[in-house]
Amino acid sequence: MKTLLNVKDLRAYYGQVQALHGLSFSLSEGSLTTLLGANGAGKTTTLRAICNMVRSTGAIEFDGQPLGHRSTENIVRLGIAHVPQGRGTFTSMTVEENLQLGAISRKDKADIASDIERMYGHFPVLKQRHTQQAGTLSGGEQQMLAVARALMLRPRLMLLDEPSFGLAPLVVRDLFRILGKINREEKVSILVVEQNAQLALELADQAYVIETGRIVMSGAAKDIANNEDVRKSYLGY
Amino acid sequence: MDLFFNQILAGISTGAIYACMALAVVMIYQAIDHLNFAQGEMATFSTFVSWQLMQWGMSYWAAFVISLVFAFVGGLALERVLFRPLAKAPILTNVAGFIALFAIINSSTGLIWDFTIKQYPTPFGSAPFLGSQLISTHQAGMIGVTLALLLALYFFFQYTRIGLAMRASAALPESARLVGINTGWMVSLGWGMASAIGAVGGMLIAPVVFLEPNMMVGVLLYGFAAAVLGGLSSPLGAVVGGFLVGIMENLAGTYIPGIGNELKLPIALFVIVAVLVVKPAGLFGRPIVKRV
Amino acid sequence: MSAVEEVATEAPAIEAVPKRAMTLGTGTSLVMLGLFIVAPLVVKNFVTFQLTMLLIYGLAVLALNILTGGSGQFSLGQSAFYAVGAYVSAILMETYGVNYALTLPISGILCFVIGFLFGFPALRLSGIYLALATFALAAAMPQLLKLGFLEPWTGGVQGLVIDKPDAPFGLPISQDMWLYYFTLVIAIAIYVASVNLLRSRSGRAFMAIRDNEIAASAMGVNVALYKTLAFGVSAGITGIAGSLGAIVVQFVAPDSFSYNFAIQLFLGMVVGGVGWLPGSIVGAAFIIFVPNISESISKGLSGAVFGVLLFVVIYLVPHGARQVAIVCQQALAKWRKR
Repeated sequence: MKTLLNVKDLRAYYGQVQALHGLSFSLSEGSLTTLLGANGAGKTTTLRAICNMVRSTGAIEFDGQPLGHRSTENIVRLGIAHVPQGRGTFTSMTVEENLQLGAISRKDKADIASDIERMYGHFPVLKQRHTQQAGTLSGGEQQMLAVARALMLRPRLMLLDEPSFGLAPLVVRDLFRILGKINREEKVSILVVEQNAQLALELADQAYVIETGRIVMSGAAKDIANNEDVRKSYLGY
Repeated sequence: MDLFFNQILAGISTGAIYACMALAVVMIYQAIDHLNFAQGEMATFSTFVSWQLMQWGMSYWAAFVISLVFAFVGGLALERVLFRPLAKAPILTNVAGFIALFAIINSSTGLIWDFTIKQYPTPFGSAPFLGSQLISTHQAGMIGVTLALLLALYFFFQYTRIGLAMRASAALPESARLVGINTGWMVSLGWGMASAIGAVGGMLIAPVVFLEPNMMVGVLLYGFAAAVLGGLSSPLGAVVGGFLVGIMENLAGTYIPGIGNELKLPIALFVIVAVLVVKPAGLFGRPIVKRV
Repeated sequence: MSAVEEVATEAPAIEAVPKRAMTLGTGTSLVMLGLFIVAPLVVKNFVTFQLTMLLIYGLAVLALNILTGGSGQFSLGQSAFYAVGAYVSAILMETYGVNYALTLPISGILCFVIGFLFGFPALRLSGIYLALATFALAAAMPQLLKLGFLEPWTGGVQGLVIDKPDAPFGLPISQDMWLYYFTLVIAIAIYVASVNLLRSRSGRAFMAIRDNEIAASAMGVNVALYKTLAFGVSAGITGIAGSLGAIVVQFVAPDSFSYNFAIQLFLGMVVGGVGWLPGSIVGAAFIIFVPNISESISKGLSGAVFGVLLFVVIYLVPHGARQVAIVCQQALAKWRKR
């Protein structure tokens, strides 16, 4: 299977503080991978580094192309959608405007309208609220909107930063079910960062565990989920 | 009662000037989240450019259009060249930059065209409007153009892709980048548009206050005040604010004894501040909820 | 009208100056002090006069630094307090024959009270709105000073002329030199007091408010009290500076205190480094000398030259003189290590 994302020796810095100490991992096309770890381990920093939102060194290759010093928006335009922590919803704009913004960098304007309909198919509640201001949606609905907005890019790779944060378990299950469906049916590779390891391991094929800025464990999600030692040492359950 | 009504009407027509300037102010605020003190000078410079073109024989409308283009490109270029490098600097440093730009443009305008007052033509003529003694056709034209600009801006922001991108970029720059928007260019575009709007304002105001390098200093202050009064996030507020400021200025001058010309500005400002104490986000502004 | 309110989780607009970096090191301070003490002995009277003005403007910028850099409140209105201080001294000296030195505490206290009172309506405003309100104050001041019914005291548009005081006890030094040392002592006293203020509990309260007002209030800081206090202190110091200015220049007139002066003080604060008290003197030097330099470079384009020089400064050191000091400090540390 083709490697879609290859990260080599990634070191990231917040000012003088080093948050990642030589991270290396890769994703293959079509995979659903989860990045796990405790608070402060460096999961969010990893996603931010991929999109050049934080100072970093190391080699990141997407679809064989090195990302180099491209700006965030140019990296996104290569086909990497990033749903940040806190969702980054444009709260003062309507649901529909948020979806339109997801597609704003696309050149094929004709398909955007049909894509919006497709998103409403995945997330019917968004259709109900499509003229409402995004800030009035519930947490779960905003998360769905954020995912839908990311999908409007027609990305090859979707990065999600703690999508389960602040959501009720049933809502999270629903969301993860939809993510799995999108991964299989629309062939979008997904990298999801999570603190909620259990649910993430049920969803993903591959898993990596980060601790203090380094990868300490990798493997099939099933194996990691079944490995009691790993679970107790790194994942806390 | 008649006098009162007349003053209100007169206030609305002077207010059109402030409304136009306020629109440019809100425009830039929407793009970069702070105010550019050099905007008035940029508008004056563009107006002088159009005047010069007419001196060289060009027709009014040709000069008007070319000056608009010049203002747009100039504003965009100024942002790219002078303020892009300051993007990571603290806000107050950027404010100092605006003040520096003000000094540079004001001084240059004075040197190139000197300080004698010049006549500036109006395409609307100065006949009484609809036979009324209170508003001239030019003033009616000013109000009309300002409202037309407001409408155009509304459509731009609400119904075009670029307008949507600009709104997103101003609201949440990081999220905007995450949907692939080049926020740097959005800011530059905002500057260009604000500069062009300011130029329109300058070319409308010059027939009334006469063209000279310091023409816009007072107007810009009133324009700021109007924008703040209306709520810095609302173009409609800017226009309403402009008219209100014009009315206030006229009423204060007429009804409060001992108010010479010089005290009008501080009085207008104080009234606005009083409004802000009651409604901190301005009349039409969205109240901002601050999270810790 | 939108039902949704915008949520602002913004970084503070004014960055913090770390505590240990708040003043110059002891060594540097002593050297600076030495220079200030010796200077008038080796230069002409006129230069002494300029140095005195430097100290006075430095005080005014310092006051702004406490208000903006310390408590995070923007003010474009300092010229108003300066004017009040200047006129208070002038009127007390000329109309009531009060000794010049005595006018200083009176002016300081009066301006403190005015500033403190102004701080109350200012509580509801912040950022650009506060800047506008203070700017209104600065714009109004020259007009208020020209008001007809105040003329018997203020001298109206012509202003007031003040007699220059002699050195006391018949000391054999010129008036300029005496005023210089007089100002120097006061400036040092205020500087030391200000540094101590910012290091004290009140200072920490100021800075907590600057960095995150809501969090500060949740922690029990009496935000209203400290904000108005900051305004009062800042106004008081500016008033004293104004008084000194009046005495040294020997003249007050309404148009000397326009909003242009307030803008100059703001620029002085930025050039010196916002919130960095030692930078105040650098900022003052910039606003006194650079306009003169600009004019000597080009009479017709003096404004443009000034603007260009200002740009050069903010490009090279966006954080003002403080940045230069930090670079020097780091260079010195490296040199010591080798």
